[in-house]
Amino acid sequence: MANVKRSPWILHYDGSSCNGCDIEVLASMTPVYDAERLGVENTGDPMQADIFLITGGINSQNASVVKQLYDQMPRPKVVVAVGICACTGGVFKDAYNILGGADTVIPVDIYVPGCAARPQSIIDGIIRARDLFQKRSEEHDALMKKKNLERRQA
Amino acid sequence: MTTAVRVIFVVLYVLLAPLIGALLAGIDRKISARMQRRIGPPVLQPLYDVIKLLKKQVIAVDRSQGFLIVSYMILTVITGCLFFAGVDVLMVFFILGTSSVFLYLAAVVTGSAMSSMGAQRELVQDMAIEPALLFSAVGFYLATGSFEVGSIIGGPVSAIVKMPGFFAAFLFVLTIKMRKSPFDTAQGTHAHQELVKGITTEMGAKNLAYFEITEWYETVLMMAVVAIYIINSHPASIIAAIVVILLVYFLEILIDNTCARLKWKDMLVLSWTVTLISAGVNLILLMVI
Ligand code: SF4
Repeated sequence: MANVKRSPWILHYDGSSCNGCDIEVLASMTPVYDAERLGVENTGDPMQADIFLITGGINSQNASVVKQLYDQMPRPKVVVAVGICACTGGVFKDAYNILGGADTVIPVDIYVPGCAARPQSIIDGIIRARDLFQKRSEEHDALMKKKNLERRQA
Repeated sequence: MTTAVRVIFVVLYVLLAPLIGALLAGIDRKISARMQRRIGPPVLQPLYDVIKLLKKQVIAVDRSQGFLIVSYMILTVITGCLFFAGVDVLMVFFILGTSSVFLYLAAVVTGSAMSSMGAQRELVQDMAIEPALLFSAVGFYLATGSFEVGSIIGGPVSAIVKMPGFFAAFLFVLTIKMRKSPFDTAQGTHAHQELVKGITTEMGAKNLAYFEITEWYETVLMMAVVAIYIINSHPASIIAAIVVILLVYFLEILIDNTCARLKWKDMLVLSWTVTLISAGVNLILLMVI
């Protein structure tokens, strides 16, 4: 019952992607691939999200946006970089405005390569992310317990 | 109803309503999924969601939000308790209106544009709902001679026989109350919309969990109102009421999956027109005959 991994809610952010990966991310939510059967919900709201799905590379304009979205998400959270652009910068790597992959501004946990990443591999990434989410949640619970105990003793 | 029966009903409501509400919400998501030819989440998904939300870190933009949300939840539960204790339906509808003010405050207190706009739409939704609810209460009085739930369901014939127009108006606003598709302007359950998450944009973790739990209590209360239209002194009418509730719920899911969202103005005009025509005509007939 207490498995939080049954309910991974996703925040999807399009960095400077060519939209190829975004279409595949949305495809994995549609009836054909039906990520909702895993409990996935595509929330547009960082306050309610557990998994941050980011597509496209980081450029000088969206770096602060990505960082802010990440900070607005409550712990425990997992970041998934979808597509080779989000992993390393991809074909746009050498462009003057590209800083690199998503991991140049926030810690990325799971990399889903591909150009564009296929829905199957995106769903595979989500499944790996939700296992990590479960693990983080347990760590978070243990930490909260310890904190509460300390507060009570003080 | 004796006092003991009232107490049992209230206790059952407080304990079972969230479970029934969650199950109905889960079935809703499953049926919606099947309508779109996909597998869909497990039936217990709403419960999993709420359990997860309760465990997440709380980030609140404004600290009073938690208090306001809890007040909203408690007031809604009290409304349900009053209903199941067999008190006046008119009072139940009034208090239900009051509780949604707390939800409005919880959303505007954050100062976020998205959630404030969602909150204003929520008020418009309440305005669209209220006339039909009040008409229902008046209809019950005219048809059965009492506002009390106990006497309404104690008559020899079901209330719906004398008040089909009121029932139609009530069904119409039920779609708004349940945040179903043509009217989910303040907050939508499916996908995200132009207002991010509308009224719940700034609610995360346990605040959102309380919001969801309140929705479940409210659904059960609304279904109970459907039931008192049907139930009469004959015990078999209870089975009929359950069948009608399931049909109504299915109808809501069907509407949800086949309609696109309307603008709030259309919603207001449409719901008032339907209320005035169908409940109004019924009212005149009841008063004349
Ligand atoms: S990985 Fe390929 S498809 Fe995806 S955003 Fe980059 S260029 Fe587009």
